[in-house]
Amino acid sequence: MPSNSSPVAETPKVEAPLVEPVESAETDEATSSTPSENRKVHAALTRSSTGSADLRELESGLDSLQSDAVRKPGIDWSRILLPVAALVVLILVWQFYVSLGFKRRDQVPGPMDVLGQFGTLWAEGSLQEAVWTSLQRGLMGFLISVVIATPIGLLLAQVAPLRRAFGPLISGLQVLPSVAWVPAAIIWFGLTDATVYFVVFMGAIPSIINGLISGVDQIPPQYRSVGTVLGASRLQMAVQIILPAALPGYLGGLKQGWAFSWRSLMAAEIIAVGGTIGFGLGSMLNQGRDLADMTIVMSAILLILAVGILIELLVFAPVEKRLLQRRGLLAGSTR
Amino acid sequence: MPVVLENLGKRFGEGAPVLDDVNATIGKGEFVALLGASGCGKSTLLNIMAGLEVPTSGALEVPSDGAAFMFQDSALFPWLTARENVELALKLRGVAKSVRRAKAGELLELVHLSEAGDKRPHELSGGMRQRVALARSLAQDRQLLLMDEPFAALDAITRDLLHDELERIWKETGRTIVFVTHNVREAVRLGQRVLLLSSRPGRVVQEWNVTEEHRTDAGLAGQLTGVITARLREEIRRHAK
Repeated sequence: MPSNSSPVAETPKVEAPLVEPVESAETDEATSSTPSENRKVHAALTRSSTGSADLRELESGLDSLQSDAVRKPGIDWSRILLPVAALVVLILVWQFYVSLGFKRRDQVPGPMDVLGQFGTLWAEGSLQEAVWTSLQRGLMGFLISVVIATPIGLLLAQVAPLRRAFGPLISGLQVLPSVAWVPAAIIWFGLTDATVYFVVFMGAIPSIINGLISGVDQIPPQYRSVGTVLGASRLQMAVQIILPAALPGYLGGLKQGWAFSWRSLMAAEIIAVGGTIGFGLGSMLNQGRDLADMTIVMSAILLILAVGILIELLVFAPVEKRLLQRRGLLAGSTR
Repeated sequence: MPVVLENLGKRFGEGAPVLDDVNATIGKGEFVALLGASGCGKSTLLNIMAGLEVPTSGALEVPSDGAAFMFQDSALFPWLTARENVELALKLRGVAKSVRRAKAGELLELVHLSEAGDKRPHELSGGMRQRVALARSLAQDRQLLLMDEPFAALDAITRDLLHDELERIWKETGRTIVFVTHNVREAVRLGQRVLLLSSRPGRVVQEWNVTEEHRTDAGLAGQLTGVITARLREEIRRHAK
């Protein structure tokens, strides 16, 4: 049966002394340490367990020794109290600065003035309208961007010629501020929602694509080998292995994509006012400038910031935390 | 014969050949240990058998449905639980959804891990991960199982147990196993046949049969280990300058 040139060596019987002193020492020890009963344990060289039941018991002992005890999660109050404290400190500093009276009050309003303006805007209903219009548009634009960008990103990451051809362009588009598209969009689509969405897409899509591509680039090559060995087709490889493996990078891209959507939206709303474009936060900001009312401007800025923070805290942070935790990637991080 | 290698050669680009004139025949249900020092091309040889790489010369006969493969690190997917990892292998093989879960459960039971099915890879110890990886490669249901130093990164206690475990599973499932290792004791402990691969270029230089007596008689096994180690060192010395 063996077709190679060397013959099958028979194990020499007792005659030749062992070549390795180490081996012989270990063997001696293993043989001599066997107790009177017939339960021989010669680890490494011979069978060391006495049967399936014995093996199962040993393994289960070792498994429980080597597994971490489950930690019980509780509410970590520092997560809530520390950011709130930081906010309170910032507001106090702001109030303190205003009370020093370096600037005219109508130029730098204090926290209470802005809070008062919040109340007025709320009573008018324009605050709710602005937040709702912008949020709805931002989320809608973002979701459509995700649907468009994901297959493109996967395709670019998987097909080398496509990536070589379009990769630089996509990276370039990410650098180009999407505000630059506003004049073009107004000329093409007029003062309609289409203009706003177009600008949002141009901001969000390239960054989602780039995030996905860099997520795919960071996949350990072994995952692909495993996929090949398991017999995955090209599509199965992309959907079952590449996409989930790239999820941390993809999520990073989504976060950035959302940030770009939101910023682009604000830029578009500030510049393109009127027509069938409704009243969003950007429009509110612009209105504040036109009226030279700093409290409206500050209110709009704070609302834009607050929406950003809330989306991060309520949507991305929990998703990201769960994703990383499940993969065992959070240990030792400051999250 | 599930595996026949004839004058197999492999070189990467214009470099020196990694494998040269490798000849071997592996019978159905056989457990063969492929032994060699680092850089002798054992992993390359295994990858060729798995179809992950193409030989540059010679002929190769492997089962038409391919081979199951087990890597040195478990290569489990971290976003799936232990059971889902096994289930994915079944899914990619085309097993119907209704039976996947039960089948995955059976395979985990085979490696004594039915309790840990819902854990994620990072919650398992190294030895448990390798057992899940073993269950996953068994899920592929291929006659030929290729193993690339699967226990090399484990601690000695775990490794000893997994040797027993692998032997038991091999007997229960009747797979043909090619097990690559650089550990002489491991080769003697597991293989029915030990093939020694030379280094640069890799070639099968000698082979030994390991009998049932070696499994229980540590003296005999130790002796064979000594003989093989001596031959291996001879191979290594050839490269001294």
